Amino acid sequence: MSNITDLKLVDLADKIKKKELSSFEVTNAFIERSKKSKKLNAYISENFENAINSSKIFDQKPDFEKKLPGIPIAVKDLFCTKNIRTTAGSKILENFIPTYESTVTQNLLDEGGIIIGKLNCDEFAMGSSNETSYFGNVQNPVAENLVPGGSSGGSSSALSAKLTPATIGTDTGGSIRQPASFTGTVGLKPTYGSCSRYGIVAFASSLDQAGPMTQDVKDCSLMLEIMSTYDIKDSTSVEFKRENYLNNLNDNIKGKKIGVPKEYRVDGMPKEIEELWEKGIKIIKENGGHIIDISLPNTNYALPTYYIVAPAEASSNLARYDGVKYGFRSKGENLIDMYEKTRSEGFGDEVKRRIMIGTYVLSSGYYDAYYLKAQKVRRLIKNDFDEAYKEVDAILTPSTPSSAFKIGEKLNDPVSMYLNDIFTVPINLAGLPAISIPAGHDKRGYPLGLQVIGKAFDEQNILNIAFSLEKNLSFKNNIIDWWLK
Amino acid sequence: MIVFEYSYHMTIDLKTVKHISKLSRISIDDHKAKKLSNDLNSIFSFIEKLNQLDTKNTEPLTSIAETTLKLRKDEIKSQNIREDILKNSPDKNEDFFVVPKVVE
Repeated sequence: MSNITDLKLVDLADKIKKKELSSFEVTNAFIERSKKSKKLNAYISENFENAINSSKIFDQKPDFEKKLPGIPIAVKDLFCTKNIRTTAGSKILENFIPTYESTVTQNLLDEGGIIIGKLNCDEFAMGSSNETSYFGNVQNPVAENLVPGGSSGGSSSALSAKLTPATIGTDTGGSIRQPASFTGTVGLKPTYGSCSRYGIVAFASSLDQAGPMTQDVKDCSLMLEIMSTYDIKDSTSVEFKRENYLNNLNDNIKGKKIGVPKEYRVDGMPKEIEELWEKGIKIIKENGGHIIDISLPNTNYALPTYYIVAPAEASSNLARYDGVKYGFRSKGENLIDMYEKTRSEGFGDEVKRRIMIGTYVLSSGYYDAYYLKAQKVRRLIKNDFDEAYKEVDAILTPSTPSSAFKIGEKLNDPVSMYLNDIFTVPINLAGLPAISIPAGHDKRGYPLGLQVIGKAFDEQNILNIAFSLEKNLSFKNNIIDWWLK
Repeated sequence: MIVFEYSYHMTIDLKTVKHISKLSRISIDDHKAKKLSNDLNSIFSFIEKLNQLDTKNTEPLTSIAETTLKLRKDEIKSQNIREDILKNSPDKNEDFFVVPKVVE
């Protein structure tokens, strides 16, 4: 039999159910590989010993009805996990041990999943390269000194290096889809309101969504099915009929109308991305889908809107880190001095920058000019999609305007770093679901992704379209394990 | 076609940065304030382009889930969690969070 860690999530679950593999064998295999892969710096906290114990307990009394029967999973360190340190990639939460479990990780546990560790991410999920993490850079398994994307960079790295059979991330402006694209993996951001935000360290509450990151579309469907539940503990959780995404998965896209927005043809976009997009279009046509040219006229304004709305919400959310009830505290001469020093020493530069942008745009005299203006433009961006969906069932675009870049390459230019999310940000602003699937490589051999955007709560449709694309693209990740000792 | 214009407005000066830092309760030294002022200016010159849009008749979108918020029953769900609540505090004393002296 091939290596256990080469198996996909669905196949692992199947083999455990057929008793061809035990939970211990599977859990141990991923942990052993993780131990040999420290060079990637994908983990912030390991939960290996407890996970091994849990796997043995599962094997003693296995429940094969579960969807993740004794399956090990490492998760982004933005999900609160009871009794397992949760840092959000920040010094300010370096020693924070939650006393409760996030709903999404609880869902994994309820289906038999075993948490093997917490994965690195940009500090408070603010970044597109994992370089803002207090716990150091993460290596992209694709090539040495290449960023894994961000903010779910530890997740994309661990997944593509096969340190975990699947993982979960969060996506505020592209933080699942961009790292998936950079590492040749699948990442899905669900419709706002699909997955509970309870117990997720908050960044921008009107944009944040948790979602699965997996090796393929089938695994992604299974994970979404488990993650997506209505939750009374999240006031924006939406009650709707959640599909049996995996069972309903099919690649028949006959008659489907797929929009191609002209505004996504960005100046200076590498030729390979243009070609890949064309390839996707061709596949859809060959499989009976219809390509329709559409326009999303306000696309140009999505990033500036995002960089007002997200920092504004972040500055409010991060006001809770005051060194009193939990987290890092610095000594101060008085209360105010203690607050100011705690936050100055506890937060990294990018987080401070965003808190300050947010504070500024919400401050007296600027609120209308910036924050209110951005909320109005956000409406226009959402209207663009509503208009487009009168004509089409889904939209096809590239996931990112470039492939992965070198560590350090964009650190000194915040705006150029922000441009990474140009194709993903509009979707968060409109609250829509979107999936990134690996589609090909650029001339250096770095993976590139295509994005399928759906109507609200139409996850099954974009999974099906992605499934069809995946079959026809036959992408193969050529990762050569260079980091192994 | 997406084109970003980098017209440079020097709107956020050192004094403003210091003011925002005060409002944010984040202390910064002069060196950092200078760098921040540069960063914020380049970010805001990129944000300024929103002014090209006429939004006079557009309603702001405050939440994407535009449903009325649900009410739940007012019942106690978690009890006896005092220890849990205090567990992660950097400084505590029996049943209290401890902060630097506020009353002279």
